[in-house]
Amino acid sequence: MARESASEGAIQRTPLHALHVELGGKLIAFAGYEMPVQYPLGILKEHLHTRGAAGLFDVSHMGQLELVGDDPVSAIETMVPGDIHGLDDGTTRYTQLTVDDGGILDDLMVTRDGGRLLLVVNAACKDEDIAHIRAGLPAGHQLHELADRALIALQGPSAAAVLSDLGSSCLAAMPFMSTTEDSLGGTECRIWRSGYTGEDGYEISCNAADAEALARLILSQKPVAPIGLGARDSLRLEAGLCLYGHDIDRSTTPVEAGLLWSIGKRRREEGGFPGAAVVKRQIADGVTRRRVGIQPNGRLPVRESAGLFDENGAAIGAITSGGFGPSVGGPVAMGYVEAHAAKAGTVVQAEVRGKMHEANVARMPFVEQRYYRG
Amino acid sequence: MADVKFTEDHEWIRIEGDVGTVGITDFAQEQLGDIVFIEFPESGAALSKGDQAGVVESVKAASEIYTPVTGEITEANETLVDAPDTVNTEAEGSGWFFKIKISDMSELEGLMDEAAYKEFIA
Repeated sequence: MARESASEGAIQRTPLHALHVELGGKLIAFAGYEMPVQYPLGILKEHLHTRGAAGLFDVSHMGQLELVGDDPVSAIETMVPGDIHGLDDGTTRYTQLTVDDGGILDDLMVTRDGGRLLLVVNAACKDEDIAHIRAGLPAGHQLHELADRALIALQGPSAAAVLSDLGSSCLAAMPFMSTTEDSLGGTECRIWRSGYTGEDGYEISCNAADAEALARLILSQKPVAPIGLGARDSLRLEAGLCLYGHDIDRSTTPVEAGLLWSIGKRRREEGGFPGAAVVKRQIADGVTRRRVGIQPNGRLPVRESAGLFDENGAAIGAITSGGFGPSVGGPVAMGYVEAHAAKAGTVVQAEVRGKMHEANVARMPFVEQRYYRG
Repeated sequence: MADVKFTEDHEWIRIEGDVGTVGITDFAQEQLGDIVFIEFPESGAALSKGDQAGVVESVKAASEIYTPVTGEITEANETLVDAPDTVNTEAEGSGWFFKIKISDMSELEGLMDEAAYKEFIA
């Protein structure tokens, strides 16, 4: 899961670096940042703790951007297929930065906050995204990187109780993909009901200078344990969520990736985003390959790059993410297969170390999503 | 007390007569993290020192296991199939991987004793 640094030069640290060290985090280089892959609890128990109680994640390496100007909504719609005009104030949508051939430059969250948009982009793509968006902005718009902000995620069934204890009681009632501002233990925060685990939970942005005190306060609540990037990856994999650079990239389109749900009806009809012609054609004519869940039979984990074959041994695709799913209690994976083999239940063969292992095309998510819809 | 030797690849081998019991060290399991699957060598397989003798899969990644000596595999620890996490709790005991009939006892001389291994990982 380690990815090469997006930016040249020295490895960077988040505002919570000292806390990670103090908590015994095992630090690795990830997307140009020194990040905890796990704490002493270990990936497996951290994963299960998040699904059973609540986990706190440092995601400050991700890019927090602000788009302001005359009409930021129209400006961003020329770069993403998501329906941003249709986004109510104080709500968030998942979308992608696309290019003319339909490929994906990055996936991101877009929030409408009054007259401005807030964007959260992947750490490894941050610098490229900023350059790309700025290059495409009409006059009268500015994109700012909110580099002095930290971002933490609190995820799991106990997250709502924990956060509404520390802040306003209304935090428990806000629906999935909405945002608000609140004070948590005296720290002013921007809070979203969102996450990357399939669980209910929040993502919380605050000033970098306040981040450690806030993280300590949240960690002092009984249900909460610190969770590293290792469990973040297995949690999102079980939840069927894409990891940029693995499950989606420049060579995959939103339609092939099964992300058509994130492209609103108006955008499908009107287009007006890079790759709209390709997306429209793929909706009409179908795609030649699709992202699907892959559930290996047996216990052997099938990992990224493993080849997938049909029962006659013909190559039909490859795994893009795979490993052990602690909540599933066995191996889980996702990958691309030819469209004729994309139906759930299709038996496929996955090649691991030169041997074929039977697997099934499976519905995702592998675990029930538990988002709070209000 | 049986003689135990260690490799630079973090395997241990306990020698009883001409049979070696092989596993990975406690240090190795700690580095690998939660172990979820082990691929064993086939019983009867003839392996040379340094050959791959299986794979250990943790939540994080797959790592190869090598045989510290030349010989014939006589037994794999089948109890690990359903309880691979035994390697995390008992790496240098009941978490052993396989037994091998050692062809050339002199190969053991090139391996580290416990004191040398402790220094190696320090």
